[in-house]
Amino acid sequence: MSGDVWVLAEIADGRPRKITYELMGSARELADALDGQVVVLALGSGIAGLGDELAAYGADAVRIADDPLLAQYTTDAYMAVVEPVLAVEQPYLVLIGSTAVGRDLAPRLAARLDAGVITDCATVELVGEQVEVTRPVMTRKAIARMAFRGDGIRIAVVLPNVHSAPQQDPSHVAVVAPVSVAIDPAAIRTRVLEVKAIARDTLPLTEADIIVSGGRGLRGPENFVLLNELASALGAAVGSSRPPVDSGWVPHDYEIGQTGKTVNPQLYIACGISGAPQHLAGMSGSRYIVAINKDPQAPIFGVASYGVVGDLFQVLPLLTEEVKKLRSTAG
Amino acid sequence: MNIVVCVKHVPDTEAPIRIQQDGRGIDESALPYVVNYYDEHGIEEALRIKERVGGTVTLITAGPARAAQALRTGLAMGADEAIHIEDPTLDGADHLGVARALAAMISTRPCDLVICGKLATDDNAAIVGPALAEYLRIPQATAVTKLELGDGKATAHREIEGAVEVLEVALPAVITVERSINEPRYPSLPGIMKAKRTPITAKTLGELGFALGDADAGAAHVEVLEYTKPPARPSGRVLEGEPAAMVKELVRLLREEAKVL
Repeated sequence: MSGDVWVLAEIADGRPRKITYELMGSARELADALDGQVVVLALGSGIAGLGDELAAYGADAVRIADDPLLAQYTTDAYMAVVEPVLAVEQPYLVLIGSTAVGRDLAPRLAARLDAGVITDCATVELVGEQVEVTRPVMTRKAIARMAFRGDGIRIAVVLPNVHSAPQQDPSHVAVVAPVSVAIDPAAIRTRVLEVKAIARDTLPLTEADIIVSGGRGLRGPENFVLLNELASALGAAVGSSRPPVDSGWVPHDYEIGQTGKTVNPQLYIACGISGAPQHLAGMSGSRYIVAINKDPQAPIFGVASYGVVGDLFQVLPLLTEEVKKLRSTAG
Repeated sequence: MNIVVCVKHVPDTEAPIRIQQDGRGIDESALPYVVNYYDEHGIEEALRIKERVGGTVTLITAGPARAAQALRTGLAMGADEAIHIEDPTLDGADHLGVARALAAMISTRPCDLVICGKLATDDNAAIVGPALAEYLRIPQATAVTKLELGDGKATAHREIEGAVEVLEVALPAVITVERSINEPRYPSLPGIMKAKRTPITAKTLGELGFALGDADAGAAHVEVLEYTKPPARPSGRVLEGEPAAMVKELVRLLREEAKVL
């Protein structure tokens, strides 16, 4: 049994996404405890040069599958590359990001490999001889501690933004080797016809360090401009609770909560959000929560690190001004 | 078009959760159960397809006796048929085991499309859909926000980080659906009456010619060790008073105490 920990890199526009480094940080600790290596498996097109960069973030070995058919993620092409490699190498543990790609691929991969799979992992630890994870369940009203059983491959799908990326060390070297790719284009049964970028100035919500989010208290779509201005001053992403989505003020991809996205930013600023359980399910893992609400009884204050009891229409412009002042003196 | 919709009976997300004394499970007594929210969107999508192109909508659940209630709800919405896989060995099964049981059932009948919710709101796993596609050896599209059927294929929209992907997927396929795909209908009164009269087909794994095996003997690859309450968030500080003064204090706290600005 090898004690190696494999990381499935996620590449966007030829660059590793942030989640890849987060997984590598977690993999380093686990591999050290298992006396094994950190092996990064990267799939893409024109990515042969990524080896050094992944090495600098702590990879001991980098396996690169470089093929035009891997330029975009498709379930079948990725399965055709990843499954045979893992079946041969039999790593102790595989870390995959809980992203659109990871959530699509990991369960199917586990089914084909007859591996154990646990999704939405907030922590992944070695306890004795066992890999244990924790994950929020039941609308985040409980935390489940789970373990893999048996000796088969273990696949942990890890939440983004929970682990910090390791420090870069350009002197760290890795064995970089290609993975042979033999994909029959006809075997790709789900094809990408088009990728329509959603026009946003900021990072995706699941990757943002700061999120400014609005609820029913904003009273209308036109008032999201107050959030956009604060977000732009902070370099933050903008999200919402469910009512603004249901009212058609903002698109569905804004929604944070049980029926939307789960986010774990360093700072979450909830504006005019009452704090229904279904919203808390998506954001109560944030490191710091600021609640701005005129109702001092709003449940959001129960999870807030800092609560501001006040009218958001007065508070937000003032806050934006203060942040701008701060940024201009600091910058 | 013959469509199968997989459904799960889950605790109402609004209900408070009590953890069993021994931490090994959730206290199910007095806990209200409903159809998994995303599965309702799956049922709705199947009904809309049937209304456009004809065919049948069959619901399948694998779960305890109470899960029949989820099937009744789906029948009341307008599904034609319901199958309940009920077996004591499902209790110790992991998600892959459940997916194998569903696959064993689905593979016994003609099926052009399988629809699942993108996840179940109890355990948030999102494993069964793609695993089911693998066991059925058919393609998949997950977290789909828009579905259009063509000849032997479907076009599916799915949200990825910062973009929408438009996929073409060969049928039959497993499609897992997002909530924005549609607005589920409420069961009608005649629908509820009809659902009461519609027999539910019960199957054990043995009747499907299939055994999951004993969870303790390695049939399940993962297990829940315990449930705990989420750590309480440290009690926060509430600012009241003049907006300008509150904002100044907030910025100071975020800078000096939280160090996030």
